[in-house]
Amino acid sequence: MTIIDEGTRTYGCTDLPRLMALMTGDEKHGPAATSTLDVLWVLYDRVLRVEPGRLEDPGRDRFLLSKGHGPMAYYAVLAAKGFVPVDWLPGFGSYDSPLGHHPDRMLVPGAEIGSGSLGHGLPIAVGTALGLRAQGLVEPRVWVLIGDAELDEGSNHEAIAFAGPAGLDRLHTVVVDNASASHARPGGIAARFDAAGWSTVTVDGRDHAALHAAFTAPHPGRPHVVVARVEPKSA
Amino acid sequence: MDTMRDRFAPVISRLLDEDPRVAVVLAEIGVDGFADARGRHPDRVINVGIREQLLIGTGAGLALTGLRPVVHTFASFLVERPFEQVKLDLGHQGVGAVLVSAAASFDWPAGGYTHMAPGDVALLDTVDGWTVHVPGHPDEAETLLRQAVAADDDKVYVRLSVQSNAHGLPVDGARLRTVREGRAGVVLAVGPTLDAVLDATEGIDVTVLYATTVRPLDTAALRRATESAGTDVVLVEPYLAGTSTATVNDALSHVPHRVLGLGVGRRELRRYGTVEEHVAAHGLDARSLRERIAGFVAGAR
Repeated sequence: MTIIDEGTRTYGCTDLPRLMALMTGDEKHGPAATSTLDVLWVLYDRVLRVEPGRLEDPGRDRFLLSKGHGPMAYYAVLAAKGFVPVDWLPGFGSYDSPLGHHPDRMLVPGAEIGSGSLGHGLPIAVGTALGLRAQGLVEPRVWVLIGDAELDEGSNHEAIAFAGPAGLDRLHTVVVDNASASHARPGGIAARFDAAGWSTVTVDGRDHAALHAAFTAPHPGRPHVVVARVEPKSA
Repeated sequence: MDTMRDRFAPVISRLLDEDPRVAVVLAEIGVDGFADARGRHPDRVINVGIREQLLIGTGAGLALTGLRPVVHTFASFLVERPFEQVKLDLGHQGVGAVLVSAAASFDWPAGGYTHMAPGDVALLDTVDGWTVHVPGHPDEAETLLRQAVAADDDKVYVRLSVQSNAHGLPVDGARLRTVREGRAGVVLAVGPTLDAVLDATEGIDVTVLYATTVRPLDTAALRRATESAGTDVVLVEPYLAGTSTATVNDALSHVPHRVLGLGVGRRELRRYGTVEEHVAAHGLDARSLRERIAGFVAGAR
């Protein structure tokens, strides 16, 4: 008989649907529930320099989930990587659970911000990048994940327009584009960032190799955005 | 006399030199005052342009990395316009900042209602954990600014105004100060209203308390004052009338009491003109205050 200790075992990408099912009771999730899943996995598995043991390390990379809606994929990845115990997942959304339908940084180990109201993550990420720079911490990178419809919020555009000219090259944004904005951004998403002086790449948001290449592309002197396209929400 | 705001940039510039945790975030307004400091500390004097949501969000991000942000613009653009950022980026994220406002309720009457923020303190009362300083003199402002920056990671609001009393008093960032003692009621004067309150209550047998820190309000001192002066309390606040009425009611809930909340009216005047004209229009000049205070404390008998 093989006994698997849930506290010490390691999880792979293929475990994520089962982990999400612990929250939803359904292993078959629609594209909307998993739009961020591959982006999150590639970031946490291969890009971000952050582990459960260094949550207070000033030199860690910061990942800010701005699009706090549908956080099951985020919690599944945090559980797979050991930030939160797997046995927290079934309580998702209940009164005694730290895991709500929008994440709260004061309750979830590894969550750098609480989110839910759209358009807050990117401005906070700008401040985080500035704060690290002011303290001479040049290694840590700041990542923020936003949704394509989240770009409707004007606060993002305050941050985009500032970060380019400010040359915040430690700042990275990934826009998960599932075509959910009612009024698509004129000229496309990447063009908005490009106009403000950002480095931009648009890739297939399900292709792990392409995501990794886009996430690690050099962008000296400029902030970097990766537009990750996934299936349209309405499809 | 110089203004509270004239002290702001020099005081904070010195703190930038002394404390590597201090950072200043501006949205164009007030940038000139920090030109020298910016030369010495280019990474800790940040101007985000005319972007007030980013102003607060940037302050929050700085705080998340361990810095002590001092965030400044006019009150209407610091508290009212980005209020959700104040609520979420600071409060909900569990980080602090020092928000320093200028222009107050009607410092620039000729600028009209767009630049008036009588509701700022009342708005902050809807969220938890804010310390609110309302200095009544530039010297007091200087002391309170230093205290605000030194207050760990607290959320602190410092409300600067061109309205000022003639002389500053010692302030400690917490307690009420007893300025006059009487037996027929308590008048609590906040910040720059003190001189008018003292004029107005000349010859009236009331205790006058002076507050420059209104949140948290020193309710213990207020209760003590009512023990000898009775429980008729008049509040004179330089922002929205009645802002502290509920706080005073809560403090006196154990005894029968009456509270009159005087301050800036809700009604939009649609007038330009001078500060003095607006003070009078809101009934906050000494003559109007005397009438209303005397009527209230006499009305109890």
